[in-house]
Amino acid sequence: MAQYLLSAHGVEGEARGPMTEDEVAAVTRKVLEMEAEMKSQGVWLFAARLHAPDTATVVRVSDGEVLTTDGPFAESKEHLGGFYLIDVDDLDAALHWAARTAELVNTPIEVRPLVDHPGG
Amino acid sequence: MTGPRPSEVDAARIGRIFREESGRCVATLAGVFRDIDIAEEAVQEAFAVALDRWPELGVPDNPGAWITTTARNRAINRLNREARGRELLRERAVLVPVNPEAEEVGAVRDDVLRLLFTCCHPALATEAQVALTLRLLGGLTTEDVARAFLVSESAMAQRLVRAKRKIKAARIPYRVPEAHDLPDRLRSVLAVIYLIYNAGLSSRAGDELRPEAIRLARTLTELMPDEAEAAGLLALLLLTEARSPARHDASGALVTLGQQDRARWDHAMIEEGHEIVRRCLRRDRPGPYQLQAAINAVHTDAARAGQTDWHQIVALYDDLLALSPTPVVALNRAIAIGETRGPADALALVDELDLDGYGPYHAARADLLARLGRTDHAREEYDRAAELAATEAERDFLARGGRHRT
Repeated sequence: MAQYLLSAHGVEGEARGPMTEDEVAAVTRKVLEMEAEMKSQGVWLFAARLHAPDTATVVRVSDGEVLTTDGPFAESKEHLGGFYLIDVDDLDAALHWAARTAELVNTPIEVRPLVDHPGG
Repeated sequence: MTGPRPSEVDAARIGRIFREESGRCVATLAGVFRDIDIAEEAVQEAFAVALDRWPELGVPDNPGAWITTTARNRAINRLNREARGRELLRERAVLVPVNPEAEEVGAVRDDVLRLLFTCCHPALATEAQVALTLRLLGGLTTEDVARAFLVSESAMAQRLVRAKRKIKAARIPYRVPEAHDLPDRLRSVLAVIYLIYNAGLSSRAGDELRPEAIRLARTLTELMPDEAEAAGLLALLLLTEARSPARHDASGALVTLGQQDRARWDHAMIEEGHEIVRRCLRRDRPGPYQLQAAINAVHTDAARAGQTDWHQIVALYDDLLALSPTPVVALNRAIAIGETRGPADALALVDELDLDGYGPYHAARADLLARLGRTDHAREEYDRAAELAATEAERDFLARGGRHRT
């Protein structure tokens, strides 16, 4: 088995057009259905949705001194919005779940393999 | 050993045999070890052994089986010397060296197909797909592949290393895709083979690439006989390649289709191409490669350029445009319409296309403008097309205003 990070990258200011409450509820239901499927197939390891990038804080250590700055690490337009950690056979299986997620959340999904951990 | 006498076996001959066999051997060993690097290195090692032994002992009766066995045994011995290697051998259940006569032929064919789909996986960039396919299945050296695509050997080596690292790290599977993925994935394999052939038309290393592309297409049709588009691609390549002896005159100048000496075409290759096209028509599952093959079949069916059935060619382009509505297809259709309805109608269609900067577009406009007597405009377009030409012969032809040397 191999583990992958599926991460959803949103573009700032390019959020999906306003959705009605019904639409939000429909997407949420579909996402929950997909996650249930991931769990029942033993694919699901972990998932999270993140708050907006302006809620982030970056901590650096320089010459033993801790520096704290407000805002995200990278000044970029694209930000990590959420992710899944999954455990599947190979890349084709990971791409399958990425495609399903991308369709539901309407953002590109980056698929990255995790480094095997010894004994894992 | 019934091969040629030892004295006739030199390094060049051994190189040719390895070139011919190495794709199958790498594929088989990748199947055994589930690791492309191990497979590739093992075949390299077997090559060194062959260079050492074949001149003295002669070429084995079945060089492919000899290479696979020697490579496999060498790899097993090497892996056995280190703990991680022993673990891998246990995992893959590759326990003992085998004897040379025990290779299974059917399994080899499946391995070739698996490796081809791995090399052409859509998670790899197109240039990586092409490089891997030529290196692993075509047995070309990294230097050969680099020369064909006009990049330095070190840049090509890096591209190959990176692609192989991604296959391993991201676990690009080593298998024929499942049915629901197959149409998409097959398209990418066909596109890679077609790219290799086209690179062969415009590159100095083309004489190596074109036969390699044809060999890959042939292998694919043998392995997937039910895939009509694979057959279509093979026919298209054969019918294009058949004309290559007439594509340049004795001085190396370009000769366009209409002016070619058709006696110089390879008529056996054309016959094979026509036979495949006829079989495709009977199957009636048309696709873009089959239609392009059919168009080339109409061209090669005419004993003289003036007998070309342009109406049928336009009809085939209509079908092709419906399946792949790209500006390039629209351009070729317009050129065909230039032969049925004349240059004015064709130019009107060409002018609707957004293909500025595409050499064949400017060449087509130049020709149509010249035929309409608009000489100055034609001259400008010929100059533009010449700037964009892919080969010296083409540039020369266009710079002369599309006139053949006399």
